[in-house]
Amino acid sequence: MTTLTDRAKPVNRKPMTFLESIYLWNIFLGMIITIKHFFKKKATVQYPEQTRSYSPVFRGVQILNRDEEGRERCTACGLCALACPAEAITMEAAERMPGEEHLYREEKYAAKYEINMLRCIFCGFCEEACPKDAIYLSETHAPPAYNRKNFIYNKKDLLIPDPVTQPEEYAQAKGLREISKKNK
Amino acid sequence: MIHLLTVDWLLLLEKLILIVIVVMASLVIAMYETYAERKIAAFMQDRIGPNRAGPLGLLQPLADGGKLFFKEEIIPNHSNKILFILGPSLAMLTAMITSAVIPWSGDINLFGRTVSLQIADVNIGILYVFAVVSLGVYGIMIGGWSSNNKFSLLAALRGASQVISYELAMGLSLIAVLMITQTLSLKEIVEQQMASHWNILYQPLAFIIFFTCALAECNRTPFDLPEAESELNMGYHQEYSSMKLGFYLFAEYVNMFISSAIVVTLFFGGYDIPFLDEAAHADWGNWLALAGLVCFMLKIGFFIFLFMWIRWTVPRFRYDQLMDLGWKKLIPLALANMVITGAVILWMNK
Repeated sequence: MTTLTDRAKPVNRKPMTFLESIYLWNIFLGMIITIKHFFKKKATVQYPEQTRSYSPVFRGVQILNRDEEGRERCTACGLCALACPAEAITMEAAERMPGEEHLYREEKYAAKYEINMLRCIFCGFCEEACPKDAIYLSETHAPPAYNRKNFIYNKKDLLIPDPVTQPEEYAQAKGLREISKKNK
Repeated sequence: MIHLLTVDWLLLLEKLILIVIVVMASLVIAMYETYAERKIAAFMQDRIGPNRAGPLGLLQPLADGGKLFFKEEIIPNHSNKILFILGPSLAMLTAMITSAVIPWSGDINLFGRTVSLQIADVNIGILYVFAVVSLGVYGIMIGGWSSNNKFSLLAALRGASQVISYELAMGLSLIAVLMITQTLSLKEIVEQQMASHWNILYQPLAFIIFFTCALAECNRTPFDLPEAESELNMGYHQEYSSMKLGFYLFAEYVNMFISSAIVVTLFFGGYDIPFLDEAAHADWGNWLALAGLVCFMLKIGFFIFLFMWIRWTVPRFRYDQLMDLGWKKLIPLALANMVITGAVILWMNK
C-alpha cells in the first residue's frame, strides 16, 4: 500500500506475548524516563518573589505621556478614539487658558480622557494613531478590580508621573521596560 | 490462679512503650510520606512541589492535617451511622496493627534487661500479617457500603475483588519463600538472611510478584481502582469529610510504610546491615541495634520511594486488565515459581 507521507508508521497489531503482557519491562523503561525528569532542572518560577518579564513587544495598559517639562502631550484630537476598534476611548477637549502653559503642551487638551479596560483589546492602534506621541502601551497589565466602574481608567490612572515634580516615579514608569529587560 | 507477682510487669511496660513508639512513628512517617509523595510527584513532573510552609515546605503535612481537622464533619442522612464511622476506624486500625510482628532491629540492653525491638515475635508472624491485611478490605467495603452512594459502593466492590484476587498470588509467591526459610516467624526469617544471603537472591520472581501484589493491596497506582477519581468521582471515601477522610488517606500511607517494611523483612534482610557481619561485632551492643534500625529504615525508605516512583510513572489499569494480570499472569507465575522451588529443594536435599 502506498502511504500519503513518508512519515507514516505501520501500527503493530500483533497480540502481546506473555512477557509483554506482564508489562514489567515496559514499566521499567517508563520508570527510567520519570527518574530522568526527577533530576532535571525545574521549570517553576517562584511567582511573588520572581517574576517572568513580559516580551519586549508586550502591549500592556495604556499610559498618557508627558514631555520633558512635564506637560501633557495629548491635544484631544480624537484620532486614538477613532482608531480604537473596541470603542474603548472617550474624551472631551478643552481650551488651554492663559497661565496653564506649564500644564498642557498645546492650546487644546483633553479635559476628560477615559479608557474602558473591559472593552480595550490592547491592540495598540491608539499608540499607532497618535500624532503627538501622547499615548503608548506600557509593559504592565491592568490590575484586577471588583466592579466595572474601577475598570474605566480616567486621566488620573493613565497619566505618567510628572518628570519635574515626581522624578523618581517618572523614572520608574519610564524605566519599566529597561528593568524588565535587565531581569531576563 | 495467676500470681500477680509472678507477672513480668516490666515486660508489659516495655511492650507498651514500644507499641506507643511504633504507632507514633508510623503516624509521623505516614505524615511525611504525604509530603514526600507530593515532592516526588512534583520532581518527576519538572515542578518543585510544596515549599511555602516552613523551610522546604516541611511543615506542609501539619498544615494539611490541621486543615482536615477543622473541616466540617458531614454524615450523610441516609448512611448507616455506626458503619459509616466504623469504616475509617477499621481502615486505620488494620493499617496500624500489622506493625506488631515486624522486627525493627536486634535486641538492645537497657538497665540490665534485654529488650526485643519487636512487639510480638509470633511464630506465625507472616500468617498474622496476611490475616490483618485481608481484614483491611473491610474498611473500604464498610465505608463504601454505608455511604449509600452508588459510586462509593462500586469502588468498594472493586476494592474487595481486587484485594481478594491479589491476595492469592501474594500468598502463593510467599509459599516459595517459606519453603526456603522453613519458618513463619519474621524474626527468624531475618536472622537466617543475616547469616547467609538475602532472600531476593533465591527468590527474585517471588519478590516481583509479592511487590506487585503489595501495590495492589495498598491500592496504589497502577492498581488504585477503588479510588479512581476520574471514573468514580473519588472512590469509596467520596461521602467522607474532615478527619474521617483523613483516616482513609492516612491509612493508605501507613499501609505503604508497613508493606515496605514487610517486603524488606522478607526479601532484603530486614535490619541486616549489608556487607557487615553482625555476629562478629556483637560487642557494639546497642549501637549495633541502632545501626540495624537505621539500615532497616533506609531500606524501607527506598521501597516507599519505589512505590511513589511507580505511581508517578504508570497509569491506572483498566479493570479487566487488572483482573487479567492478577488471575492469568501472576497466579500461574507464582504457582510455577512454587513448583520449581519445591523441585530444586528436593533435588538439593537428595
